[in-house]
Amino acid sequence: MEFLYYFGDVFAPVSFGLLILGTVGGLILGATPGLSPTMAVALLIPFTFHLQPVQGLILLGAAYTSTVAGGAVSAILLKIPGAPANIATTLDGHTMAKQGKGAKALQLSFLASAVGGVIGVLLLIFLTPVLSKWALAFGPSHLFWLAILGVTVIGSLDSSSVVKGLLSGCIGLWLATIGFDDIMGAQRFIFHPALGGGINIIAALIGLFAIPQVLTMFAKGRSDKGAEVIAVEKHSVIDAVREVARQPRALSIGTITGSVIGLIPGVGGQIAGLVAYDQTKKFSPNRDQFGKGHPEGVIAAEAANNAMVGPSLVPLLTLSIPGSPTAAVLLGGLLIHGIFPGTDLFDNHPDVAWTFINSMLIGQILMCIFGLYVAGLAARVAQVPQSVMAAVVLGLAVFGSYSVQSSMGDVYVMAALGVMMYFLERFGFSAAPLVLGLILGPIAEANFIQGSMIAGATDGLGAYFLSGALNIALIGAVVASIIYSSWMEIKSRRYTSKEEIMG
Amino acid sequence: MTVPSLPRVQHIVASGVIAAVGCWVAWVSYTQQPAEAFLFPRLISTVFVVLALWTFAKALMGWTKVGHGLGRIDVINLFPGLIIALIYVFWLAKALGFYTAGAIVFFILLAIYDPAPHRELKTWIKRIIITACYLVVMYGLFAKLLKVYTPREVFF
Repeated sequence: MEFLYYFGDVFAPVSFGLLILGTVGGLILGATPGLSPTMAVALLIPFTFHLQPVQGLILLGAAYTSTVAGGAVSAILLKIPGAPANIATTLDGHTMAKQGKGAKALQLSFLASAVGGVIGVLLLIFLTPVLSKWALAFGPSHLFWLAILGVTVIGSLDSSSVVKGLLSGCIGLWLATIGFDDIMGAQRFIFHPALGGGINIIAALIGLFAIPQVLTMFAKGRSDKGAEVIAVEKHSVIDAVREVARQPRALSIGTITGSVIGLIPGVGGQIAGLVAYDQTKKFSPNRDQFGKGHPEGVIAAEAANNAMVGPSLVPLLTLSIPGSPTAAVLLGGLLIHGIFPGTDLFDNHPDVAWTFINSMLIGQILMCIFGLYVAGLAARVAQVPQSVMAAVVLGLAVFGSYSVQSSMGDVYVMAALGVMMYFLERFGFSAAPLVLGLILGPIAEANFIQGSMIAGATDGLGAYFLSGALNIALIGAVVASIIYSSWMEIKSRRYTSKEEIMG
Repeated sequence: MTVPSLPRVQHIVASGVIAAVGCWVAWVSYTQQPAEAFLFPRLISTVFVVLALWTFAKALMGWTKVGHGLGRIDVINLFPGLIIALIYVFWLAKALGFYTAGAIVFFILLAIYDPAPHRELKTWIKRIIITACYLVVMYGLFAKLLKVYTPREVFF
C-alpha cells in the first residue's frame, strides 16, 4: 500500500495542472485522425525537459491515457479510428451515431474507458512491486534474452509479416550500435558526422512516428477535405451510467481481456479491443445486433483498450522491457531524466514511480469527466484539414528534435529516419519493432558483453547463455512467439486491419 | 518472359536495398577492429543478413504478400511535400533561421495541400492568418516557454 503514501503528490498545483493539461490535450489529440497516441507522446517529450521528472511523466502518462480514449470520438463521429486501439469501437459506435445516438455512444465509451482504465491501473499498482522484486533474480544472460524477447514479440505479433517484423527489429538493433562503443571506445558505423554521438533516441522516436504520418497526409493530396462530423443530440449522463451498469458482461469481458492482453509485451490495444468485441459478441444473447449499433460493442471495445494501458506498463516499470510502442516512448522519457525502470525506480525514486502511477489512476477519472464534455470540441478539431495538421506536425518534429540537444544533427537524423520509415511502411515494415530494437539494443548489448565476460571466467559462452531454467524459458518464449505468429500468418488469420474496418 | 508488375519491381528494389545494407553491416562488423567492439554487431548482423536475403528472395519470386508499395498518384501527391520538407530540414532551417523558414514552409505546404479553391481571395487571407497563428504559437512555445535557442538568421 506504499502508493497511498504518495497520493497527495498528484494534487500538487503544478502536477495536477499538468495532469489536466495532458488529459484535455490528449483527448483532443486522440480525436484527431492521423495523430496516434505514440506520436502524441513522442512529440510531447521535448516539452518535459524543463519539468521535474515526475511532472514530465505525469504529462506523458496523461496524454497516453487520454489519447487512447479520445480516439473513440473520431471513431464514433467520423468512422475514422483516432488510434488503432479504437478500431473495434467504430463497428457499433459509428452505427449508433448514424442512428442519432452519437452522444450516447460517446458517453458509453468514456464511462467504459474509465472503468476499464481504473482496473487496469490498479493491476499495475499491485503487480509492479511484486514483479520488480522478482526482477532482482535476473542476471545479464536473462536480461539479454528478455531484451531480445521484447524485440521478437513485437516484431512477430505487431507486424503483418513475421519476417519483416523481425527484420525491422534487427534494423533497430543495428541503429542502436551506431556511435562509439562504450567499452573499447571504437567507432562503429559512423558514416556521417551527425552520427558521432550515436542516434539520439528522442529525435529518432519523433522521426519514426511523426514523419511517416506527415508524408502519409501529403500522399493523400489536395482532395482530402476535412472529415464530415455527425451532429450529436443531447443525452443524459445519468442514463448513460445506468446503461453501462446494465451491461456487466460487456464491461467485465472488456476489462479482463484488455488487462490480460496489456500484460503481454507487443500485443497492443487494437488486438485488445477486437478480441474483447469478439468475445462479448460470442457470449451475448443479442449477438445478431452487433455491428448494428449495439451498446455492448462500444462498451466492450473501449473498456478493453483502456484496461490495456496500465498493464502495458508493467513489463516496462519492472523489467525495463516496454510492452508497447508508447511504453517504449515513455521509457525514452524516463531515460532522459536519468531514471532507469526496474528495482532502481522503486528503491531510489519511489516518489517518481508512485506519483506517476497514481496520476494515471486520477487521470482515468479526469479523462471520463472531461471526455463527457470535451467530446464535441474534440470532434471539431478532427475537422481540421490534413494539410494544416501535416504542416503543424512537421514543424513540431523539427523544433522538438532540435530542442533535445540544440543540435542540427538530431534534426537530420530525425528527418532521415522518418523518411526511411515512411518508405519501409509502404513495403510492409513496421515502426514498433524498429523502435523496440533501438531502445532495447543498448540493454541487450550491455548485458551480452557483461555475460560474455562472466562466461569467459566460468563455463563458456554457450553454457552461460543457453542453460538454466530461466534462460531456457525465455528462449522458449522467443521461439514460441515466432512460431505462433508464423503459424497465424500461414493460416491467414492475422488481426483485422484498419483498412478492413474502413472498407 | 513476362515483365514483373510495378509493385513487384518496387518490392524487389526495396528488399534489395535492405539486403545490401545488411551485407554492408555484416561486412563492417566482421572486418573492423577491435573485434571485441563488434561482437554484438556481428551477432545481429548475421540475423539481419539472413532475414534480409530471405525477404529479397521472396520479392524476386513474387511471393511478397504485405505492403502496397507506392502508387503513381501517391508519388505525384507526395513528391512536392517531401521535397519541400527535405529542403526545409537540410538547408532552409539553418540558412533562414527556424522561425522564418518554418513560416515560409508552412505557408507553401498549406498552399499546395489545402483543398480550398486557390482563386478566392478569402482562401489566401485565411492561409496567411493560419500561418501567422502558427508562427506565434511556435515562437511562444519554443522561444519563450521552453527557452530553446534555435538558429536565427533572418528577422528573428
